[in-house]
Amino acid sequence: MLEIRWHGRGGQGVVTAAKFLTDIALFQNKYFQAFPEYGPERMGAPIQAFTRIDDNPINIRTGIRRPDVVAVLDATLIGTVDFLNGLKENGTILINTPEPPEAIRRVLNIENKPYKVFTVNATHIALETIGRPIPNTPMIGALVKALNLAPIEVVLEFLEKSFSKKFSEEIVRGNVDAAKRAYEEVQEG
Amino acid sequence: MDKQKVLALTGNQAVAHAMKQINPDVVAAYPITPQTTIMEEFSNYVANGLVDTELVRVESEHSAMSAVIGSAAAGARSMTATSAQGLALMWEELYIASGLRLPIVLVNVNRALSAPINIHCDHSDAMGARDSGWIMIFNENAQEAYDATIMAFKIAENERVFLPVMINFDGFTISHSIDAVSILDDDVVKNFVGDYKAPYNMLETPTTVGAFDSLGGFYYEFKKVQEDALRNSLPVIQEVYDRFAEISGRHYRHLETEFIEDAEIVFVIMGSLTGSVREIVHEARRKGIKAGLLKVRTYRPFPEKEVVEILKNSKAIVVFDRANSPGASYAPLCSDITNALYKERFIKPVVNVIYGLGGRDLELEEIEEALKIGIDASNGKEYPEKIWISIKGKEVD
Repeated sequence: MLEIRWHGRGGQGVVTAAKFLTDIALFQNKYFQAFPEYGPERMGAPIQAFTRIDDNPINIRTGIRRPDVVAVLDATLIGTVDFLNGLKENGTILINTPEPPEAIRRVLNIENKPYKVFTVNATHIALETIGRPIPNTPMIGALVKALNLAPIEVVLEFLEKSFSKKFSEEIVRGNVDAAKRAYEEVQEG
Repeated sequence: MDKQKVLALTGNQAVAHAMKQINPDVVAAYPITPQTTIMEEFSNYVANGLVDTELVRVESEHSAMSAVIGSAAAGARSMTATSAQGLALMWEELYIASGLRLPIVLVNVNRALSAPINIHCDHSDAMGARDSGWIMIFNENAQEAYDATIMAFKIAENERVFLPVMINFDGFTISHSIDAVSILDDDVVKNFVGDYKAPYNMLETPTTVGAFDSLGGFYYEFKKVQEDALRNSLPVIQEVYDRFAEISGRHYRHLETEFIEDAEIVFVIMGSLTGSVREIVHEARRKGIKAGLLKVRTYRPFPEKEVVEILKNSKAIVVFDRANSPGASYAPLCSDITNALYKERFIKPVVNVIYGLGGRDLELEEIEEALKIGIDASNGKEYPEKIWISIKGKEVD
């Protein structure tokens, strides 16, 4: 089972990102769960969301305490939220930041840990493509690359389909571009 | 059996989808978290003309239940949904709905009762309505909630039943979580639910409903008949489960068990956290521990004979309650279990675990702890009769 814990702030599309991955899992005929940790829902307050994907039906419905992956949509959570808590020994970290992975390793004091660290400047990409600082779609693109979740073309197609229900063509295009760019620009180190 | 399409839906979306396919005559509701998104979605269906439902937007849950009592008494297929304080506000109407034998369906998205104010899941709301004479069904996931909603009117409107049905599923854990849900074809649901013909039509023949019944009357006899009707609904509910299996391939039972044949320690639970308990039962079996699982789906009427049949050979029973009954021997589900066993003269160690109040997560380690207590109890060692397993700051030895 793949367990992903999402960290971000209210308004950054954390829950939407957690839920979007289930569309890909559904396409792959896998079992899935996605749910937010509902607390005080205030714009800017730290929030978590969870995604589980498995080949078999999923029984557990508790929050994810031992994630395989933590995806952090806001680097200002460093030092505020203990998002590494419970991360598996060979777990993956993806952070939205302009910094390279080595710098993040230093800041998080995990230079000698076997974690896989990925960084992507998702807010910058979102501003350039969507025109708003909402980092969730670039984070999806980066995560698809980091975890080799699915062919990027498939993901972009789903993104387009899913967003077309709610948004204008311009916004849909912006989001698709954002995910694609993040997929290409994400760094590992 | 027709092919079904799998969709990624929240529990509330799945239930709203079922409501769309049922196309009830009347729906009256008032918003309350975590129920609200059911009605949000359903009111879209109404606005877009996808259903013919008369959607009554009332000023409170008291009025919501009153409205569906009125419409059901007039012969309309009627439905509502609520949670927590909303269900509490419906309380006096719940007894009227069942007393008038009206086949209303109420979707209750389980949530804690204030105070302290809390929007998260537990079963206190449903347990407060436990003795109101409704049929009560608890569901583990979005699929079960969808299926139960479709089955509810078939149960309620059966001429051997004529009782209101409450469909329960856990707030947020199910209502707001995305799950894979197999959706039946619209026509299949329509044919399954069928048309409803009320036993009388007050619009054609003026009828007095719920008339005053004084000391010389039949209130007492009426309550006995009501009790009989609720008890007699048990086989009808199973018949509906069986018929639903024919269209869906999903065969439900009042009680679902795993590893029960030779189980020495049996966990009893209902609702969404059954899955976590199931994980620990499977893990225990891998270690050679004879653990078993009993999941309760049909809670009222309580399938007591089947419960005893399942539990009679166990050595210890651990009952997980997501509600408390302050000052009583046990919390509600545990009371039902021990009563059923006592009636058949089975006296066994029973551990009542209080969990999940106000949405508190039940950690796998805590279920393992409950298993250890169950093993001790099964070996004749001392055990706590009631334990608050998730209490913060408890001593660890």
